[in-house]
Amino acid sequence: MSTSMFGEPIARREDPRLLTGQGRYLDDLGRDALAVAFVRSPHAHARITGIDVDAALDVDGLVAVYTWEDLPGPVGEPLPLLIPHPALTHGRTGYPLARDIVRYAGEPVVMVVARDRYLAEDAAERIRVEYEVLPPVVGIENAAAAGRLVHDDVPGNVGAHLVQQTRDAAGRDAPAAVEAAPHRLEFRLDIERSAAMPLEGRGVYARWDADDGSLRVYSSTQTSTSVRMAVAARLGLPKTKVEVIAPDVGGGFGVKIVHPWPEEVLVPWAARLLGREVKWTEDRREHFVSAAHERGQVQFVRVGFDDDGRIRGLDVRILHDHGAYTPYGIIVPIITSTQLLGPYKPDAYRVEFTSLYTNTVIVTPYRGAGRPQGVFCMERTMDRIAAHLGLDRADVRAANFIAPGEFPYDQGLTFQDGRPLIYDSGDYPRMLDMIKELVGWDGFERERAAAARRGRRIGIGLGCYVEGTGVGPYEGGHVEVDSGGRVHVSTGLTSQGQGHETVFAQIAAAELGVPIEDVTVTTGDTRRFGYAVGTFASRAAVLSGNAIALACRRLRDKALRIAGEALEADPRDLEITDGTVHVRGDTTACIPLRTVAVLANPLRYAFDDEAQRATQFATGGSPDEPPVAEGQEPGLEGRDYYSPVRSTFAAGMHAAVVETDPDTAEIRILRYAVVHDCGRLINPRIVEGQIHGGVAQGVAGALYERMVYDEAGQLLNASFMDFLMPYATEIPHVATDHLQTPSPLNPLGIKGAGEAGVIPVSAVIAAAVEDAEGIRVDAMPLSPDGLFRLRRRAAADPGLRLPRVRV
Amino acid sequence: MNGERTHRIAMTVNGTYREAAAPARRLLSDFLRHDLGLTGTHVGCEHGVCGCCTVLLDGEPVRSCLMLAVTADGHEITTVEGLATGGELSPVQRAFQECHGLQCGFCTPGFLCTVTALLRDNPRPTEEEVLEGISGNLCRCTGYQNIVKSVHRAADLIAEAGREPTL
Amino acid sequence: MKPPPFDYEAPRTLGETLDALAGGGKVLAGGQSLIPLLNMRLAAPDRLVDVNGVAELDTLEVTAAGVRVGALARHARVERSGEAAAVQPLLRQALRHVAHPVIRNRGTVVGSLVHADPAAELPAVLALLGGTVEAASSGGRRTIEAAGFFTGPLECALAPGELAVSAFFPALPPQTGTAFAEVARRHGDYALVGVAALVALDDDLRVRAARAAYLSVADTPLVLDLTEPATRGQAGRPPGAADWSLAGADAAGRVRPDGDIHAGADYRRHLAGVLTERALAEAARNALPGER
Repeated sequence: MSTSMFGEPIARREDPRLLTGQGRYLDDLGRDALAVAFVRSPHAHARITGIDVDAALDVDGLVAVYTWEDLPGPVGEPLPLLIPHPALTHGRTGYPLARDIVRYAGEPVVMVVARDRYLAEDAAERIRVEYEVLPPVVGIENAAAAGRLVHDDVPGNVGAHLVQQTRDAAGRDAPAAVEAAPHRLEFRLDIERSAAMPLEGRGVYARWDADDGSLRVYSSTQTSTSVRMAVAARLGLPKTKVEVIAPDVGGGFGVKIVHPWPEEVLVPWAARLLGREVKWTEDRREHFVSAAHERGQVQFVRVGFDDDGRIRGLDVRILHDHGAYTPYGIIVPIITSTQLLGPYKPDAYRVEFTSLYTNTVIVTPYRGAGRPQGVFCMERTMDRIAAHLGLDRADVRAANFIAPGEFPYDQGLTFQDGRPLIYDSGDYPRMLDMIKELVGWDGFERERAAAARRGRRIGIGLGCYVEGTGVGPYEGGHVEVDSGGRVHVSTGLTSQGQGHETVFAQIAAAELGVPIEDVTVTTGDTRRFGYAVGTFASRAAVLSGNAIALACRRLRDKALRIAGEALEADPRDLEITDGTVHVRGDTTACIPLRTVAVLANPLRYAFDDEAQRATQFATGGSPDEPPVAEGQEPGLEGRDYYSPVRSTFAAGMHAAVVETDPDTAEIRILRYAVVHDCGRLINPRIVEGQIHGGVAQGVAGALYERMVYDEAGQLLNASFMDFLMPYATEIPHVATDHLQTPSPLNPLGIKGAGEAGVIPVSAVIAAAVEDAEGIRVDAMPLSPDGLFRLRRRAAADPGLRLPRVRV
Repeated sequence: MNGERTHRIAMTVNGTYREAAAPARRLLSDFLRHDLGLTGTHVGCEHGVCGCCTVLLDGEPVRSCLMLAVTADGHEITTVEGLATGGELSPVQRAFQECHGLQCGFCTPGFLCTVTALLRDNPRPTEEEVLEGISGNLCRCTGYQNIVKSVHRAADLIAEAGREPTL
Repeated sequence: MKPPPFDYEAPRTLGETLDALAGGGKVLAGGQSLIPLLNMRLAAPDRLVDVNGVAELDTLEVTAAGVRVGALARHARVERSGEAAAVQPLLRQALRHVAHPVIRNRGTVVGSLVHADPAAELPAVLALLGGTVEAASSGGRRTIEAAGFFTGPLECALAPGELAVSAFFPALPPQTGTAFAEVARRHGDYALVGVAALVALDDDLRVRAARAAYLSVADTPLVLDLTEPATRGQAGRPPGAADWSLAGADAAGRVRPDGDIHAGADYRRHLAGVLTERALAEAARNALPGER
């Protein structure tokens, strides 16, 4: 690393355009495009018996109405199952428009195209769909009981069933280890549904160019390259005739990684069919009922431990609600079941999950992607053990930590990427010391007593997690220096506000030795970079960051070689400073990179002054050799890919102090502390921002947000009035501290940071409320009404009350 | 259903007289975005909760998704596009950049308009007044901490600018 | 989420407005409740009569008798009015709980009364204070007492063709105090339970009357006279004090809230008791001389 740009908290380069209204989000494009609205099923489970569109036909401005019958060939086939898994024995996906059966309220049935969205909604409102209503399956336990089926051909509503386990040194499995342990506990935990809920919904805008038979699609997606492949396949177009661009995207948090959404197939198809620009901009109601949710699980835990709280055996059974279809496979429960282990090393672990169909919106990863549930399970378990033994909750955790000298540490399981779950680096005991210090753990009993004297009830909670980040298979980077000295960086994955334009420019500036002002970064545009996976799993910085660094190193090597020829110097003696190649320690023998860029191309039409100047460095070359030597390419550019052997494991610990109102049962977070380790920091300010935002989503999931379905499968709170996304008034100040244990797995030594903030929050808040109240908290989120009911139950049932012996 | 009646709607937007024909049901947010091409005002919920669409109506922040364009006929509107002057970011915009008060940027125009009016009326708000002032705007990315910091920083920048001698 | 089509009229005078309404139609004032309903297509009026251009409705008159709020006076204007707060402090106390500042810039006090949401603050205020609504139609004018104005959830006593031109909130008598307390899930949300309280003291600063009005516990604002439980055993207590706890318990026993996805009925009843106690105690403190 040659300059100080890496690791600096520089201001974001995206900001000037976003602050002045010059960002371009999906609905800002295609002002003259036709608008799409959908007729969506009002029923959670029904058979379509008739569709009558006649009343819509006289709506002024109506252009087209499509049902499943209208969809030709692959356009009408079920959507792909993106991530198959042997355990997903009964994977099912929906059709782009419902065929015969609808399986959740919100499933698209009819597509309407009109001059504008107002008129499209007018027409959609007039279309009459007749349904024979079928009994719905709602709720995890109803799904498991299987009194009714979501899919006739999926017995027991079971989409997937997977068991993973490790054995202790004596060869015992977890059930046996639990039985043999000195102490045992058995309990159940519940986590309700929530959702990513970016403030910009989904959206697709397509332009068909009939003259050259090509399609350009803009989508508010987390993966433009994969949308491109999906659209090309469904529409029968060669990939080279489809370009997909993710413009500015107003947040994703996981929901926009799913692809192709029905709309991503239908809108381009209609654009080609109609020969018109067509756009669909999802509205908020649609986002609630037809995008995706996450989180909902029920967990059954058996744990055996010794007198120090060391876990001898941990046996967890998880029921996971994956909604009506499984387009994204079973990533979420796989992550829950593996990341549940966190920084700990139980002697024996067994986890079994059953992933179940319900007549509700699909479940796909939302920031944290199954980890919040796993961490909730493990951290609640730690607190239970501490309460049972009368030990400090932090001490019980410390007793179970993987030690700093034990890395790489193999957990003996298979992770979400199909690779062994091996942690690369970390220092959990140090991190625990830091979080205790930051939150004031050791002095808390005095604080509690002082508060109690003023009639106030406060409590403290702690939560630890390990997060596999930067999963493969790969990302790529391309870097090019033009004859003006400008550095153009591109990578295929997309951005939704993470500041990639800034951090990737920092990496490129540091690797190349150029001023960051000269660097521009493009993401998510298949015209610039065709091979990519996407932005999810806290992978962008790790994957694309390293790929860009490697691409820069290739470019640098080439630049030094060319400059060496021009300067008659050994490339090994050269370095680049401020965009100029010079002999190390001698800035007089130098050549600007922009000149090197001209020299790199034997075609020297003097388009500009730089090309003319470059001729003074032209060394001629042998008349017997081709101008572009074998193995060389014209141009000063570099392309490379980074493909990790496995994930790199970030970690963190959070702690919170909460106050509960003895009368109203309102819960207030008094302070919130985070210690985070994502290896080397590229831009501390951006990492902090990611943590703040993650914690806010975590607080939302702990105290405010849930998806409330009634027995008929109607989502009762499908608006921002009733889905309680917190405002500034609900989110606490977050104190942060960083530990940096570089990853040995990648050239930059970095780990992902995007999801971290959200992961342990429910566990931490549950622990703190439990500590304040002296009542066990087994289910999240927790509302004032929930706490009120918990108090009443605990008043009648001493089994719900904790012994008051800690911290 | 025949063509809907349209109304000539005229308003001053960011200091410029603008006029377009639109049906009475056209929301101000859509009028600004689609009829006038000012897409900086964003639409996040269309039921008045998220605050992304907040603009200034005769100087006061309002939800443009909860107002018919025809009702705004004859009024003055300021959108995010009108906050910078002469290519220079306003103190509020500068503060948001300095303090990393935005991530995806989708909610940002609504915050900027709200905060611009807040600091005009109350140049040195307390922490509580800042929270109350931005309490009607949702942000899904930042956790608000840096937005609150940005508001205080903007107050500083405005105060500094006020102290500078005018030449 | 776009409004359905409707006919639109924008009268400039009260006379034109009443003429327009005589032909039917829904009044559009602040629009902060109506337009969300239109956007969600939960309301589809044939005709909207937009009164935002009727300057004569944009009034706020404060006299010794009370505060008269015109149909176009926005929440923010009433909230900011020091004069109004001096004559009837409960208005500002309650308005601070109405949604968010930006909504209050546009929403109107009278519109909130006419919308008659059982979870809204202002209907409870009008009911507690025994205010009135002035209604006008092309046929004439009438004054409607608060007690008869709120007829059901989202229903009020206005007849077709009638416009609520103003609402009157009587002034607070001497040695009387008010307070407003509510619990909402998020700051600015509709209250799970809200209580507007009023306490009147006699010349010896003993509690003479204690009343409270409730939101979110019944279909219409519920007003309870809590004087009896509050003043039971009043003797011996300091000036302005009474048994607010007993009053709270009494209130909790008399409200019959429903549960919904945000809070159950039991919790709401419990909250009604807690908030009654808190609000009455604060109102009594505000009733003491020098506290207003």
